[in-house]
Amino acid sequence: MANRQLTFNIFRYNPTNPKDKPHMQTYQLQETEGMTIFVALNMIREEQDPSLMFDFVCRAAICGSCGMLINGKPRLACRTLTKDLPPEITLLPLPVFKLIGDLSVDTGTWFRHISLKTEAWIHTDKEFDPRAQEERMDNKTAYDIYEAERCIECGCCIAGCLTANLRPEFLGAAGLNRVARFMVDPRDKRSAKDYFEVIGSDEGTFGCYGLMACEDNCPMELPLQQQLAFVRRKMAWAGLKR
Amino acid sequence: MMNHHVHVTDVLVIGAGLAGERAAIEASLAGLDVTVLSLVPPRRSHSTAAQGGMQASLGNCAMGQGDNPDIHFEDTVKGSDWGCDQDVARLFCETAPIAVRQMAHWGVPWSRVVAGKRKLPSGKVIEEPAENEGLITARDFGGTAKWRTCYTADGTGHTLQYTMDSVVIKLGITVHDRMEAISLIHDGEKCLGAVARCLRTGNLVAYVAKSTVIATGGYGRLYTASTNAVINEGTGMSIALDTGLVPLGNMEAVQFHPTGLVPVWILITEGARGDGGYLLDKNLHRFMPDYEPKKKELASRDVVSRRMIQHIRKGYGVDSPYGPHLWLDIRHLGAKHINTNLREIANICRNFRGIDPVKELIPVRPTQHYSMGGVRTNIDGKVYGLKNLFALGEAACWDLHGFNRLGGNSLAETIVSGMIVGRKVAEHTQGVTLEYSGKLIQDNLAQQEERINNLIRGKNGKENPYKLRNEMGQVLMDYVGIFRNEQGLKTAVAKLQELHARAQKIGLQTDGRGPSPELSQALRVPGMIRLALCIAYGALQRKESRGSHAREDYPKRDDVNWLKRTLAYWPEGAELPKLDYEPVKITELPPGDRGYGESSASSTQDQPAGGGNNG
Repeated sequence: MANRQLTFNIFRYNPTNPKDKPHMQTYQLQETEGMTIFVALNMIREEQDPSLMFDFVCRAAICGSCGMLINGKPRLACRTLTKDLPPEITLLPLPVFKLIGDLSVDTGTWFRHISLKTEAWIHTDKEFDPRAQEERMDNKTAYDIYEAERCIECGCCIAGCLTANLRPEFLGAAGLNRVARFMVDPRDKRSAKDYFEVIGSDEGTFGCYGLMACEDNCPMELPLQQQLAFVRRKMAWAGLKR
Repeated sequence: MMNHHVHVTDVLVIGAGLAGERAAIEASLAGLDVTVLSLVPPRRSHSTAAQGGMQASLGNCAMGQGDNPDIHFEDTVKGSDWGCDQDVARLFCETAPIAVRQMAHWGVPWSRVVAGKRKLPSGKVIEEPAENEGLITARDFGGTAKWRTCYTADGTGHTLQYTMDSVVIKLGITVHDRMEAISLIHDGEKCLGAVARCLRTGNLVAYVAKSTVIATGGYGRLYTASTNAVINEGTGMSIALDTGLVPLGNMEAVQFHPTGLVPVWILITEGARGDGGYLLDKNLHRFMPDYEPKKKELASRDVVSRRMIQHIRKGYGVDSPYGPHLWLDIRHLGAKHINTNLREIANICRNFRGIDPVKELIPVRPTQHYSMGGVRTNIDGKVYGLKNLFALGEAACWDLHGFNRLGGNSLAETIVSGMIVGRKVAEHTQGVTLEYSGKLIQDNLAQQEERINNLIRGKNGKENPYKLRNEMGQVLMDYVGIFRNEQGLKTAVAKLQELHARAQKIGLQTDGRGPSPELSQALRVPGMIRLALCIAYGALQRKESRGSHAREDYPKRDDVNWLKRTLAYWPEGAELPKLDYEPVKITELPPGDRGYGESSASSTQDQPAGGGNNG
């Protein structure tokens, strides 16, 4: 396996260069043992083309920086092994997000906007008392919050979502999962009605067509289908009670 | 010259990891206008990757009963091999419990005490007290007398960073991500902000501020094999050093984590050993109890790393194409525990190595992990040498960690120092009137623009920044690793000086247009090599072994001559750092035996009088 010659077809476009036009560029690389797309892209940049733009931070599938379309599927490039791919590999930037250049997209701005829109922080009137013992919480509850909190905002669910590709303001699975995280948190005092204002529309929970590519594409294997159903059920009740 | 944007703010925070964001929150709550710069979106910061936990002496869980800040203090000072400032360690240990509880108030889903009996992997049965049900629990980490490391399942750094960032967003704090500070603006006396390069457009921006805060994390990526994120190139330390006025403290104190995954060097958390994992050699023998009968796998990181290398050198390593390694065995912890409390490392093993740790052994070797050294500050976070400049977190030498940091004390430091230094920044800033000359700002911008143009045109030469970086990384790996000696360190210094000379002649292959990654690397590499020289030269001069600094030719700690901190300055145009030393602050606990490890038991008697204030 390890002595395959790999062909990379990579999307190229530098928006800061007025003469540049989007195009595909081809690179050849000798496969090495245990090679990931992270290793391959860095080899291409250091040895063949120093202008190639892409994003990696942790290179350990923790930070969510390196989402891209790998042979058509949204994946984290750092943990995609070349041995699991055919010798011809096509890399495109994630759709939906604004392109910075080549394979680099602006997921940060998109997710910050979602956090602002859903007010993704704990809403409480309580003041923090530095002298007091912490409030108690059932370990199971803590774990349930954590399960939803595990999203790394890589954007793979958004890039693979039909609605998100059609409707720019759609919260997507990541956004709705974020809302679910605060719904299960007893420290957050928002009511179902408060949430309905934010997500009780086509831009929120009712925009989902139920195609569930989000769950298939989630590198963290979050139960997005279940989370979307949970949020929708809550919102349906809140809608009925209005 | 081009017309550049100038952004004026009260407090400029460089770095949006946990330390930077926590300090920014404190300044914002005091009513100040705060601007945060970050290489990446804040939630992608390296803080997020901290899996293990955060030390605070809450004493809620069974194995933490009776814990208090005094015991935490003692563990921290021993861990530092008496290299830390004890007034800082005391302040830190007293504040850590408040920090953990405040993070709970803001939304961190800390794992909680579940009452009842359970059996530990050692066979010991413990009973979690019913009256503590639902309080924040803790796990065991190396070098601690009590179970003190608070955690959220397998993703403590992640939940802390997401919660911290949610508060930053709630407060409406300005964050400019993909913005890299490439030099500090100062007038020789006070800092006035920074010149930054936008990593979206390539444009330069001047940030002018009453107070500037460096919170850029560590320099792990100077080493070829590091557990650190690829953005950890020590940029904040570099721009501070380049002022010629600000010293870096104890740069030779470099932590190697015992368990980097071979050969991708991704971290396998200390939680794996804290929860009961063993280290095995090629004969599947559990060797740590032979060396460290008391603490076994859970001696401090410097000690475990050295014992592993010693054992490999005796021929007990497992041969592999990537050099000899040892095994980490967590199979006996069981599938359920591994797949919840250690899920992140289980996934890392599966995805990056094709190993299932429920059934298989994990190949590990000590790997560069943390920089105890950094921009030297006082207890308030004020940087030596320039007014209106602060630093905190891994970028700083506060100095909580001395020559070895305990696991769980770095996440805790980011947040605790964020609270304390953030408050000091706020107080200080409220007393500052912004006075600056427009010409000074324009000159600083022009200087950086010229530097960039020279790189693009290849005015000084055609050296390749990636090649220089890779060669530097290899020099550090070969000669400035876990064990060090005079000959190797001299070689390292000579080779790094040669690389530094070549780094003055970097020229780009591309046009450097827009957010060019080649230009980013070219701008960073000369500073990275200067940091490497501070590490190697500081290590060469320090003729003793202390904490992570292990000299084969001076194997013992020498408190008579070396109970002091290295301060490295880089005067303009110099080829080597200028070293100075200052005493370590001992307020409570005089130097003694750590209770584990090899070098500290007896200290100075049989030592030649090495060292001195050589510069």
